Amino acid sequence: MIANILFLILLIAGSALFTINVRKVIRNINLGKDIDRKDNPSKRLSSMIKVALGQSKMVVRPVAGILHIIVYAGFIIINIEVIEIIIDGIFGTHRVLSFMGPLYNFLIASFEFLGFGVAAACAIFLVRRNIIKIKRFWSKEITSWPRTDANLILCTEIALMTAFLTMNAADYLLQQQHYEHYISVGSFPISSSLIAPLLSGFSLPTLEMIERICWWFHIIGIVSFLNYLPYSKHFHIILAFPNVYFSNLNNKGKFTNMEAVTKEVKLMLDPNANPYAAADPNAAPVHNKFGAKDVTDLTWKQLMDAYSCTECGRCTSNCPANITGKLLSPRKIMMDTRDRLEEVGKGIDKNGKDFQDGKSLLGDYILAEELWACTSCNACVEACPVNIDPLSLIVDLRRFLVMEQSAAPQELNMVFNNIENNGAPWQFAQANRLKWTEEN
Amino acid sequence: MNFTVPTMADLAAKGESPEILFWVGCSGSFDDRAKKITRAIANILHHVGIKYAVLGTEESCTGDPAKRAGNEFLFQMQAMQNIMVLNGYSVKKIVTGCPHCFNTIKNEYPELGGTYEVIHHTQLIQQLINEGKLSVQGGAFNGKKITFHDPCYLGRGNGVYEAPREIISKLDTELVEMKRSKANGLCCGAGGAQMFKEPEHGNKDVNIERTEEALSLQPNIIATGCPFCMTMMTDGVKHKEQEKTIQVLDVAELVNQSIK
Repeated sequence: MIANILFLILLIAGSALFTINVRKVIRNINLGKDIDRKDNPSKRLSSMIKVALGQSKMVVRPVAGILHIIVYAGFIIINIEVIEIIIDGIFGTHRVLSFMGPLYNFLIASFEFLGFGVAAACAIFLVRRNIIKIKRFWSKEITSWPRTDANLILCTEIALMTAFLTMNAADYLLQQQHYEHYISVGSFPISSSLIAPLLSGFSLPTLEMIERICWWFHIIGIVSFLNYLPYSKHFHIILAFPNVYFSNLNNKGKFTNMEAVTKEVKLMLDPNANPYAAADPNAAPVHNKFGAKDVTDLTWKQLMDAYSCTECGRCTSNCPANITGKLLSPRKIMMDTRDRLEEVGKGIDKNGKDFQDGKSLLGDYILAEELWACTSCNACVEACPVNIDPLSLIVDLRRFLVMEQSAAPQELNMVFNNIENNGAPWQFAQANRLKWTEEN
Repeated sequence: MNFTVPTMADLAAKGESPEILFWVGCSGSFDDRAKKITRAIANILHHVGIKYAVLGTEESCTGDPAKRAGNEFLFQMQAMQNIMVLNGYSVKKIVTGCPHCFNTIKNEYPELGGTYEVIHHTQLIQQLINEGKLSVQGGAFNGKKITFHDPCYLGRGNGVYEAPREIISKLDTELVEMKRSKANGLCCGAGGAQMFKEPEHGNKDVNIERTEEALSLQPNIIATGCPFCMTMMTDGVKHKEQEKTIQVLDVAELVNQSIK
């Protein structure tokens, strides 16, 4: 009875804490500017099914892709087991779903294979990160915390799977001895052959204790892990889905149109416009900034991108600027955005909505040198398995540099002058545009 | 050139309008190497007898470099002035030899009031071949090993990967792919207004990285479909002192030399 109450308290407290933290993330994402990403729901849904659910972009790199699918499928399917754990925990039953008979045996057996697969894949991931030291896991922005974060996630998953399999092995041995309520149900292809032999020397009460400890470890582990998500890059397991759903559907080459600019340019080009006319009192409030200086100048989708990033580094390892040693790393752009957003969020928690700390994403986190290294080639956007768009952030930050601070590189200012004066980025006269026809 | 290139103004004066506008672009108008590509495209248009025209002195920068660099004001000024000219001539269909002009007019002009059917020259050439209006033969390039470098704003930017490859495959050549091709293609280093500035500090230039990749296949020809890529890859080949053995050619030039 005490166990059931403890279990219920754990479950409620864990869910409550998770809800509070997720609401904070949602609040932070909503600090972004509005952008319409609700059009074309069928296309969005099919893209989500293909890219997020179907992991289509993961397998572009087959080794990591297939291992990831094992962990992903294992994670989702084994969670069916959590339903049973929760019912058992609340009502003090044992393997309550076993009434399903052969289907139950099939499910438990498949959980075992997947559980083993997940543990093995995570072990390989640990080797890739810490022993083979694959380059993209050791670049500059992957400092001590991101590395620890990754290793914590992988070790936790291995521990959870080991507890799950050990629990099954102990259960299997207890079942064989017809010990108390351990009726013969389930099918344990992995744990009975791999782990049960290691436990066979223990007495029945010890086995029962092992089974219980593993059961509790598993559920406490899951609840703790759930609450770790909002602090971790691992949050992608939730946000990957909405992030793909709301991702850009246009051709990647199309940059957003700035309507605030359109209004002013139209006014400049309209010979009938009266520059001294009083502002329309019904007009929407005037924008206060061109481009983005801080996270609150970005759109909610760009902020969601930042929370969806799991720091895999595929963007950066495909970035021509990064490959050739420039300061730019699209992954760092996303990590900086999340870090800054969390900082702003904490500031709001402490000091209220209108707090200012005098810092900004541009300057304090991201340097102009990074932004000017971008070739806008879209390799980062293409590479991202969850459709994050680092290029759109780079462009919005450039817009602030150029239109608010006039801080373009000198050569580009000359290009702007040339385009404005003679309609070409170089100093050639528009009158000479047909010269190519006169030569051979 | 041995024929006259018609301008929109000429045709309008005669009360005519062309089937397609050939948007030349700044590189195509002023860069000596790119002008050769422009002439190749014009020659193909002339050869198939399609009714086309250029804007000539009425053409101006699309605003692409300004937009990529973050200068939205200048971009929109350019775009709206161009749209006034294009709409003034009631232009419906545009072909261009520059993927940057292609992307900008196709994707970014509609929201500013300029909606046209825009195609890249490789798409037009492919259509002409498929419709039997243009026939090509291997001839000059028979058995040559060619690798195609995907321009970012044609490939990833707009999903055009096959048109240039299908054309090359019609020339009895051996098309070899770089490891980073199509959606995974590596940029030449010129996009995003990088063409017009010194690269940021690094340990290598992007065009050298890309050229090395192309050279590792030991091709006879590096083909591309963008005047900026042309500059970057040509410079890369020169840097590697391979310009005597390896040519960098636009798909339009390959076709122009292979017309049956």
